[in-house]
Amino acid sequence: MNTRVLSTLEGFKMMQIVSLLHKSQNINWSKIPGILFNKVGIPVIAIIIFLLLWGGIASRIHTSLGQLPGPIQVWGQAMTLVAEHKAERAKEAAFYHRQEVRNNKKLALNPNAKVKIRPYTGQKTFFDQILTSIITVMTGFIFASLIAIPVGILCGLSTTIYSALNPLIQTFKPVSPLAWLPIVTIIVSAVYVSSDPMFEKSFVTSAITVTLCCMWPTMINTTVGVSTIDSNLINVSRVLRLGWFTHIRKIVLPSSIPMMFTGLRVSLGIGWMVLIAAEMLAQNPGLGKFVWDEFQNGSSNSLARIMVAVFTIGIIGFLLDFLMLTLQKAVSWDKNVTIR
Amino acid sequence: MTNHLDISNVSIEFPIPGGVYKALDNVDIKISKGEFVSLIGHSGCGKSTVLNIVAGLYQATTGGVILDGKEVNEPGPDRSVVFQNHSLLPWLTAYENVELAVNQVYKDRSKQEKKKWVEHNLELVHMTHAMHKRPNEISGGMKQRVGIARALCMEPKVLLMDEPFGALDALTRAHMQDSLMEIQARLKNTVIMITHDVDEAVLLSDRIVMMTNGPAASIGEIAEVNLPRPRNRVELAGNEEYNNIRAQVLKFLYERQTKPVESVA
Repeated sequence: MNTRVLSTLEGFKMMQIVSLLHKSQNINWSKIPGILFNKVGIPVIAIIIFLLLWGGIASRIHTSLGQLPGPIQVWGQAMTLVAEHKAERAKEAAFYHRQEVRNNKKLALNPNAKVKIRPYTGQKTFFDQILTSIITVMTGFIFASLIAIPVGILCGLSTTIYSALNPLIQTFKPVSPLAWLPIVTIIVSAVYVSSDPMFEKSFVTSAITVTLCCMWPTMINTTVGVSTIDSNLINVSRVLRLGWFTHIRKIVLPSSIPMMFTGLRVSLGIGWMVLIAAEMLAQNPGLGKFVWDEFQNGSSNSLARIMVAVFTIGIIGFLLDFLMLTLQKAVSWDKNVTIR
Repeated sequence: MTNHLDISNVSIEFPIPGGVYKALDNVDIKISKGEFVSLIGHSGCGKSTVLNIVAGLYQATTGGVILDGKEVNEPGPDRSVVFQNHSLLPWLTAYENVELAVNQVYKDRSKQEKKKWVEHNLELVHMTHAMHKRPNEISGGMKQRVGIARALCMEPKVLLMDEPFGALDALTRAHMQDSLMEIQARLKNTVIMITHDVDEAVLLSDRIVMMTNGPAASIGEIAEVNLPRPRNRVELAGNEEYNNIRAQVLKFLYERQTKPVESVA
């Protein structure tokens, strides 16, 4: 796992170097080793020091589940999780193959025979759980954005709406996901009743909890972004007598995009943190449930497996932020500003 | 001389903590069609307030503005404004900035006609070579040219200019003034321009309205500039009438209305 972390990080650094090289027409080759050391060398050294410290401290701590795992044990468990994933996929393929062979035999004997096609119901692997988590957090985050951006724009435009909503926003903003979850769970159980549900209840509960917790930064930042538009631009809009919708589209949205994205990035970060807690309690089959199950399992490998999850959660959080940053760069009108 | 634009006994008060602040007192200017009027005065004297009232961005407390027999109550494209800091939308190109105004004012024109009109106005200010550049890619003078094109494309009855060249360096300013005179000779717009550059006022205007210092600023003096057009800044330098008017404005500004102490809260 750790070398994978390293190689991903190095990949990003290398990309930066390559883009740096592209930008400068005349490459000063003598500077390359210095840049390389700053961009790659220093982070690598820092990570190595971290791993050594971790390994050193871990070997001195003895828990009820044995010795605290160091980097090597965690790496070993990461490989085990990959192996388990591959084994499960092989089992799944074998299952479908057997089913197909069986059905083909039946059809060969009697073309009108009823064949049953059953889906494979094997265990969810670590990678399935990662995917579930990402889908859940994105669902919650997209709903949060769809609510937060329009409400934020309205709050920024109208002081009346702002005064009306601000107390509510400030009250709900600091509420922990653990407080929302029971309420959401009960309401989802009562309202989301269907004999053939499209989504699992645990998924709906987790996604709604993410929505409730992560919409506030986007809402507040959008409000601030909209309310601080250059008054000269508002005067331009008034002199041109732009309609309400054109005013929003041509003036309000473009000028509040930087603030909006700052909010969106904070929101997605919070959403990802909240999701893990929500999944633990709602038993949504994602990374949160993985951590909870390992904790309940309490085998000698559990701690190492949870640590693999910790690193995975961290790296995915980092990638999600990187994704938002890329999106922000794509929609930002001012290409000269360095966005970080 | 019929009154095209009548700024009639305008006073304005702004609420401040513990009372009101009277910014303008009884400002009265009658402007005829095609006239170029400059408002000059020290900063903070309420020149911009007059302009904003004519633009409809502020409402006069007493008195009012009448344009072609109709009272001005709100902003509108018949009184387009060239803002001091150009106020172009930074996310739109020069072309798109002008297009936004054209689309707004000439909704019934065909796409082709609109395109032609945008290009025509950019040509008027000599900006066709950079019309697909964003404001942060062009110089200050060029931005102000686009700002002027945006104001002109609406074919306003009155063109309001709020220190349009104040942020430009002296050479670019001279160049812009020449451009403005050239456009003015062709289009014969009614213009109100705010400035605190005496030479600019004398060079461009038919009339110079000198304002007293605030609070409760009002009109101090009015100078008629009857110099023949087209005017040439180099030739005018030795012109007696030019120098007389220049001296009159300078005397007003620096003898009768010395700059107020800056520390006034």
